[in-house]
Amino acid sequence: MEIKDMTAVGLSAGIRSGETSVREALDCVLKSISENEDRIHAYVTLEEPEKLYKEAEIIQKKIDDGSLKGPLSGVPIAVKDNMCLAGMPTTCSSKILENFHSTYTAEAVRRLKDAGVLILGKTNMDEFAMGSTTETSAFGPTRNPRNPDHVPGGSSGGSAAAVAAGECFGALGSDTGGSIREPASFCGVTGLKPTYGTVSRYGLVAYGSSLDQIGPLARDVTDCAAILSVISGHDPKDSTSLERKDTDFLSCLNEGIRGMKIGIPKAYFGAGLDQEVGDAVLKAASEMKSLGAEVSEFDLDYTDYAVPCYYTIADAEASSNLERFDGIKYGYRAKDYEGLHDMYKKTRSQGFGPEVRRRIMLGSFILSSGYYDAYYLKALRVKALIRKAFDKAFSGFDLILGPAAPNTAPLLGTSLSDPLKMYLGDIYTVPANLAGLPGIVLPCGTDAKGLPVGVQLMADCFSENKLLRAAYAYEESQKAAGRKCSGCRE
Amino acid sequence: MSEHVIDDDTIDNIEILAKLSLTDEERLQAKADLSEMLSYIDRLNELDTQGVEPMSHVFKVSNVFREDVVTNGDGSADTLSNAPARKDGMYQVPRTFEE
Amino acid sequence: MPYEQYETVIGLETHVELATKTKLFCGCSTEFGGKPNSHTCPVCTGMPGSLPVLNRQALKYAIAVGLATHCEITRHSKFDRKNYFYPDNPQNYQISQLYLPICRNGWVEISTPSGKKKIGIHEIHMEEDAGKLIHDEWTDSSLVDYNRSGVPLIEIVSEPDMRSGEEVTAYLEKLRLILSYLGASDCKLEEGSMRADVNISVRPAGSSLFGTRCEMKNINSFKAIERCIRGEAERQIERIEEDKKEVVQETRRWDDNKESSKAMRSKEDAKDYRYFPDPDLVPIDVSDELLAEIKEEQPEFQEEKAVRYKEEYGLPDGDIRVLTSDKRLAEIFEETAKLSGLPKKASNWLIVETQQLMKEKNEEPKDLHFSPEHLAVLIKMADENKVSSGAARQIFNAVYENDCDPEAYAKEKGLLIVHDEGALRAAAEKAIDSNPKAAADYRAGKEKAIGALVGFVMKELHGKADPGQAGQLLAGLLKN
Ligand SMILES: [Mg+2]
Ligand SMILES: [Zn+2]
Repeated sequence: MEIKDMTAVGLSAGIRSGETSVREALDCVLKSISENEDRIHAYVTLEEPEKLYKEAEIIQKKIDDGSLKGPLSGVPIAVKDNMCLAGMPTTCSSKILENFHSTYTAEAVRRLKDAGVLILGKTNMDEFAMGSTTETSAFGPTRNPRNPDHVPGGSSGGSAAAVAAGECFGALGSDTGGSIREPASFCGVTGLKPTYGTVSRYGLVAYGSSLDQIGPLARDVTDCAAILSVISGHDPKDSTSLERKDTDFLSCLNEGIRGMKIGIPKAYFGAGLDQEVGDAVLKAASEMKSLGAEVSEFDLDYTDYAVPCYYTIADAEASSNLERFDGIKYGYRAKDYEGLHDMYKKTRSQGFGPEVRRRIMLGSFILSSGYYDAYYLKALRVKALIRKAFDKAFSGFDLILGPAAPNTAPLLGTSLSDPLKMYLGDIYTVPANLAGLPGIVLPCGTDAKGLPVGVQLMADCFSENKLLRAAYAYEESQKAAGRKCSGCRE
Repeated sequence: MSEHVIDDDTIDNIEILAKLSLTDEERLQAKADLSEMLSYIDRLNELDTQGVEPMSHVFKVSNVFREDVVTNGDGSADTLSNAPARKDGMYQVPRTFEE
Repeated sequence: MPYEQYETVIGLETHVELATKTKLFCGCSTEFGGKPNSHTCPVCTGMPGSLPVLNRQALKYAIAVGLATHCEITRHSKFDRKNYFYPDNPQNYQISQLYLPICRNGWVEISTPSGKKKIGIHEIHMEEDAGKLIHDEWTDSSLVDYNRSGVPLIEIVSEPDMRSGEEVTAYLEKLRLILSYLGASDCKLEEGSMRADVNISVRPAGSSLFGTRCEMKNINSFKAIERCIRGEAERQIERIEEDKKEVVQETRRWDDNKESSKAMRSKEDAKDYRYFPDPDLVPIDVSDELLAEIKEEQPEFQEEKAVRYKEEYGLPDGDIRVLTSDKRLAEIFEETAKLSGLPKKASNWLIVETQQLMKEKNEEPKDLHFSPEHLAVLIKMADENKVSSGAARQIFNAVYENDCDPEAYAKEKGLLIVHDEGALRAAAEKAIDSNPKAAADYRAGKEKAIGALVGFVMKELHGKADPGQAGQLLAGLLKN
């Protein structure tokens, strides 16, 4: 098999067996980057090739002397540009952080490096992870490798596109309201949002702190499981990090889907869902049934309230989290100003793009005196109801199946003009963030235009193993039917 | 569902709270966007949440502490390395002291 | 209505820096001073992606203060973000507690010349300190140092129960005493580790309604607080009486040099802090175990000590007041009393000589470094007439200064009283031989005449004799 068609786990095995080398793996991604990057623009910052080759050599030595033997050692991986990496810029695709160099490394990224991963660079995203298309990036949009006229989804669009274009063997994304799962769906790769608290948020530039989770975007389910195994686990630097012991997500993969109870929320297939997407997702459900799962429809309460609940909480938290960008300690500072407050206002008005400003304004209003109870506390109460609805659902089902987005990737330039309509596209992904649940999205077909469709599985908190088992079983059946692995280029 | 009317005073206040300044055009857009979003969020009021505890954290985790042990040394070089303006080992900012 | 017919109503928000080694949410040192920004890290400078983790000791101190001030401890507590832009606040929000402060509904008792009074504690909450702003004259800009940023504070919010500067001072002294007994804070005013914002309103004496209050900031000393209260009360009364205007609720900045205040008004300060629970921190559930642990560690406070000193040592009230005014002083006393078995004498040394030396040297009890062992030895030496009282004071100076061994010091300096019977007898015999007139006078019944003989003995032995013992010996010799 050619290197470019390997999965991350396959590549690492090949490197460790001496069949190939870290340098050859790097040659392969750099070639792909030079062929595709001009068109796709998946990266904001690429590490200098000399440094990468030097690092590759160090990793190779450690593999050769046996000190690195993990399932990802030697694999070139990309990181979304909202995770800090010492010595590299961390821009969040925002002008306000254009010149910001992190002084420390995010815990999840540090764990990847410790596992012998070669970090290629930082991927493009919606500014501060606010968006569903990667068009709000201050550095220009990323294009969908499946069809460059279309968006890759967002906000982890750069990571999804880099995986889909073979510009890396896997990537980290972050998911606050679907930012891993929606671009995975649009780009035809596999993306997983873990249970809240499974991956440390230390070093992840916060958007909505109670919703943010880092997770993998990868070429297949096994790669997702391998990356998650490396980056998950308790971190004393993050107070919301969970003390999970069950962070081996690889050994369960073969346990199969037989006997699993899968529920399909009826409301997920109502108005607003593209027919072709619905058909592809239901076809995946019936294939899972044929693999031995019990599949049935059910009523999931409060489906219509997840999006307004989500935007209330996320924007309120974001308005506070983004206060630190003020032109004093780092990043952009306006050139001409009269006094302190004018400096703040000019810096922030010039430094933030329109979508970020929109969310900051809404969030500030929601928290302001007289509205806090009516909006913010109300949303936290609705969140409790949504969580309860999932508790009820998971008392009867192992997994919930649905689409990841109501449609396939839209054309570039068609989404931002109507923000509310864009927000409504998050209907299938935000519930998992509100309830803390893990969710995985993997390809299940294409529409008439050849754009990928993803199917989403959600599980109860801490049940990533169930998600991965089912997803793996489905993926195996697809491979057996002659379809290529999800992330590999056609 | 009530229609929200965002007036200039509200926008003025948001500008102060969020430290943003809007052009006339942006102000019009902001008024429209905010009223549309608030009306949309208002649908949460369709739900009776009486007696429901607001849920900040999904998990009932509490008491996460660190011990009182100094772990950090002189961090000034890193701290100041991104400063847009600095002087004498400190960040330099527009004057904050009144006459 | 003349000024005397108004009553001043005062409530305090007292910020106290806790005596932890590290900051509230990161492992940076809280040590005072240091190169600007040297005690900083990504957390306390608001770097993107950094996250806070609570210092357990800060929580324990806050609860301990709450217990000592008779507060209810909030068993389920949380941190909230207080959002406002200012350069001393790197995240532009302060992590504080609004909705569920750690302690509520307590009181402390103060005494002033007009008697004892309870001052209510509305709440005590934990929060982070801000960085320091310095004005740079050359560039007319401000410079920011985040060394203090994130240092743990408690804010003790009193009820509006005080009526005079005198009561406020007594209240602050009381807090300072409690805090220092707990070791929860250094309470150093000069380093800003204890500072108060004062809420002041006035109302006609006897009224039970509250007037409109003003919050006074930038008060840097206990003395300034009294001046500020007087000044602000006068300003408010003047406004009501002479300008016939209502008092406006506002925050005012006190200028102690000018003894006047100015409203801090800016259209950029919205005074809308948009508090909400900090999603980066999990709640605090104060367990029975933790509460028991803290209760176990509570010291014996002044009031309890005072009662015990009365019962156990029978000391006069004046002694007790001084000894218990400081925990360190009380500790030295108790240890010295135990080792010497002479509590009243121990007390005397600590409240007379020690206080005098402290005054001379401008020192506080925390600066005392002599050991109770050495003081006890000295007390016993004096009690057993091994040294004269003058010599004892001389020795104590040395003990106070260098914590030297009083016995060795007395020996080295030749201050020990001669108890050598032979030497004393020789000197006495010499005195009688050399002063026949005095000897004869004594024998003739002029008892006073022995004084000259004792004086001779003392001189002969360079003052190191015990005059009583010498007198007895002389009397015996002269009888024969
Ligand atoms: Mg406060
Ligand atoms: Zn720090």
